[in-house]
Amino acid sequence: LCFIPGGLDCSISFVSHVLGKVCVHGRQKEILGVLVPRLTDLTKSDCIWQRICWRLVECVPDRWMEAVVLGFVQRAPGADVLSRLLGNLVVKNKKAQFVVTQKMLLLQYGHATAVLQNLLGYLSLDSLRRTLLLRVLQELLETWGSSSAVKHSPPEQQLYISKAILICLSHLKEPEVESCRQELLTSMMEGVKCHLDSSLPQLRRLGMVVAESISSKINTEGPVLKFEYEADDETRELKSLLVQTPPFCVVPSLADDDRSENAAAALPLVPESNEKSHAAAPVMPYEESDAELDSDDDLIPYNMSEDKELKIKAPVYIRDCIEVLTGSEDVDKWEATVKALESLIRKNPAATREVSVELAKILLHLEEKTCVEGFVELRQRAQVAVLTTDPIPVARYLTSQFYSLNYSLRQRMDILDVLVLAAQELSCPKFHGKTKHSGAQKPPIQLLPGSDSSKDWRRMVDERIKSKTRRFNMGQSHVEPASSPNEFNSVAGHFFFPLIQHFDRPLTTFDLLGEDRLVLGRLVHTLAVLMYLAVNTVAVMAMGKALLEFVWALRFHTDSYVRQGLLSCISSLLLSVPAERILADMTEELLETQSWLGDVVEKDPDGDCRRLALQNLLLMENLKKKLEAVPS
Amino acid sequence: MALPPPDPQFVLRGTNAAVHTLHFSCGGPDPDIPVLFSGSESGFIHVWNLKTHRVDTALDGHGRKSVYCVGTMGGKDRLLSQGRDQRICLWDLAEGRTSVTDSVFTEHVGFCRCSLLKVAQGRWLMAMAARSLEEVQILELPSKTSVCTLKPEVGAKLGMPMCLKLWQLNCGSQPVLLAGYEDGSVILWNVSMGKALSQLDCHQEPVMSLDFDSEKAKGISGSSEKVLSIWSLNEQQNLQVYKTHELVNAGISDITIRPDKKILATAGWDHRVRIFGWKKLKPLAVLDYHTATVHCVSFSDHRNPRERLLAAGSKDHRISVWSIYTQT
Repeated sequence: LCFIPGGLDCSISFVSHVLGKVCVHGRQKEILGVLVPRLTDLTKSDCIWQRICWRLVECVPDRWMEAVVLGFVQRAPGADVLSRLLGNLVVKNKKAQFVVTQKMLLLQYGHATAVLQNLLGYLSLDSLRRTLLLRVLQELLETWGSSSAVKHSPPEQQLYISKAILICLSHLKEPEVESCRQELLTSMMEGVKCHLDSSLPQLRRLGMVVAESISSKINTEGPVLKFEYEADDETRELKSLLVQTPPFCVVPSLADDDRSENAAAALPLVPESNEKSHAAAPVMPYEESDAELDSDDDLIPYNMSEDKELKIKAPVYIRDCIEVLTGSEDVDKWEATVKALESLIRKNPAATREVSVELAKILLHLEEKTCVEGFVELRQRAQVAVLTTDPIPVARYLTSQFYSLNYSLRQRMDILDVLVLAAQELSCPKFHGKTKHSGAQKPPIQLLPGSDSSKDWRRMVDERIKSKTRRFNMGQSHVEPASSPNEFNSVAGHFFFPLIQHFDRPLTTFDLLGEDRLVLGRLVHTLAVLMYLAVNTVAVMAMGKALLEFVWALRFHTDSYVRQGLLSCISSLLLSVPAERILADMTEELLETQSWLGDVVEKDPDGDCRRLALQNLLLMENLKKKLEAVPS
Repeated sequence: MALPPPDPQFVLRGTNAAVHTLHFSCGGPDPDIPVLFSGSESGFIHVWNLKTHRVDTALDGHGRKSVYCVGTMGGKDRLLSQGRDQRICLWDLAEGRTSVTDSVFTEHVGFCRCSLLKVAQGRWLMAMAARSLEEVQILELPSKTSVCTLKPEVGAKLGMPMCLKLWQLNCGSQPVLLAGYEDGSVILWNVSMGKALSQLDCHQEPVMSLDFDSEKAKGISGSSEKVLSIWSLNEQQNLQVYKTHELVNAGISDITIRPDKKILATAGWDHRVRIFGWKKLKPLAVLDYHTATVHCVSFSDHRNPRERLLAAGSKDHRISVWSIYTQT
């Protein structure tokens, strides 16, 4: 379809009709693939061709306008080209306006970043269209800032909207920023709140990046908002959107100005610091003057082999440790005690058992007195050591404290982490060395603690599901010659049931079903892990039943992190409870669960939830098949 | 096979408080009794008789506030002491007297020890940290007139002066001051003109102590980190780092070079006194006697080289006195 209209007076409307019909039938790519480059060349300098092009698109009937406009926006190699091709179509034609400003931005989210750049750049290039740009920005910010949108829309859509916002910001000129500064500020504050509330780290990061960008735009001088987060590819990409590199520098964007100013400021700093170090300390090479008689040789050194690094001795007895940690003013000793505590506990189990609950209490409340490296990890390992040495009383203490007043969120989540790590150690003692590394958490650097351990566990469960084989000896290994009994067997119930008991009873400072969704999410993940580790224990049936009830009560929770946890619980349940028992005792519940899972697979907005639900359905299928395969 | 390090020749007990400063006065002709002055945290200055190893006199002149610097001005009858009561006291100890003849109110709340230099018969210069944060004041004693105030340039951010050393190349030349500051730098000041000649960044942490050998134009400084820094002064009066030496444990409270410039001693936070050869900083001995931080070391000024002693005062209330490398 080589398209070269000849003659300047011919009616274009026929051509428009053909174009529209072809596009609407889905052949955008082919026709526009030829048309757009050709028109790009023709309209580069020729005004008449530009006007012809505009007429062309304007005459496309409304019912096909969307397809045509979409095609053009996607195909155009740049915003300026789009501007030449479409002219002020969006201002003149209502349908085009709707497609560009609403549909492509708010209702769809599958377009590439380049398409967004085209679209928003196009809106910014003409004064008539700039009002549309501002309106678009407002609507985008409204969506970005709405808490229901943050909670319910998929992360991909939120990323898309964030990108659009950043690109809009990059196009804004100074007077426009002035005029809508107040609105920008309000939207930013609301939006940041919803985003930081979310339990998914990706959404929190998105919120932080966008808020930082808005803040840097509206506060050109003075302190800007700065969050701490790990820069990854996504955030870097987002930040790069803020800086526009226009093909022709009409008005350099504000971000560019800032950047050049910063570069200029960096230069005078460098020579200044050079002046400052007067004697830049050129270290003279140590010259060997052989000619000089060395009178130092007369001095014979004494034996200095005893000269070693000074080590403050840590206490050797557990009770002494308790004394040091609770009362001592000597910070050196305190530090040494903290570092030595875990190994002391493990070497003296009998002595630890005498004071286990007291020690657990001290550790739970222990705060960093001096700057010890890895304090959080040291404390956690000591807690795990105490818990594994004397599981029942300490577990009872910790689970009761989980539901008590006046603990911080961090402490409650510490309790959960310690329970998980101890359970892991008790159930697979052979991995004693390995678990310390994989299970130990790194100190949180983010605004809210990350869910590292739950990701690890998810991976482990995934691997298990993939392998599709049930290993009957969880606590022992065929490789390891010396096998030890699964110590988790006798205490699994003590870890599990107290945690699940009080989740629906709100306290003044702690409401799992209300605000403290993050802790609920962590609790659910913890229960999933405990269930997983309880395979082959006596309590596993009872645990399974209780867990199923728990999951059932919470299955429609609005927070996606919680839902992911609930689905992990189901996975653990299906993996740990023996297949025959599941089918025998829990048939009805299983059927209900199956239908719920089916719903989740189809309707849940979160991709991870859908995936987990699908895995669970597969597991159930496998179970059924295995049982049917066994001859009765 | 190297010999094990020697034991102290004797140990002086009786201060009942951490010992912060020591000064020998043994240069007098016989039958003058060699003495050791010690200043302690309880505010007392003890005068130790080195023949009987007992306290002859205890001087109380700083209101029970810690005494962190003692020195003599021409013999053991004229004592100078500096304490945390923000005062420098001048004592007259001749013929059994124990009176404070004069005092200077420094208004300095830090720990910077003052430095004395004899410039003429009966005339001394004293450098001390003043009230203002970064300044060092030079006074003439006994007249107590201010010679000059050494102010670093605005925005220098040196912090407090931590240690001072006044010296002059020979009797007629200009006195100069070496000052170590909180930011780890050492500055060489020209006292008469009152301006800085050279600055050297030797340490990352505050300079705790320094000492200087005017003959070789080489000096050494220690700080709270593990590094000893040796620097030299060239003809243009510029300081340059000559060498650094890494220690086993961090923290040096005091450094002093023996008057014959053969060895030097460092007092460490790791309870140990280390002896180095001054020429090449060769480690010679580690004297491990004390059970707490060693706050000060001092060499004696005996005329007979064989009688020379080294004293170390520590937080464990004891003063250990050693006879080491006396043969050279």
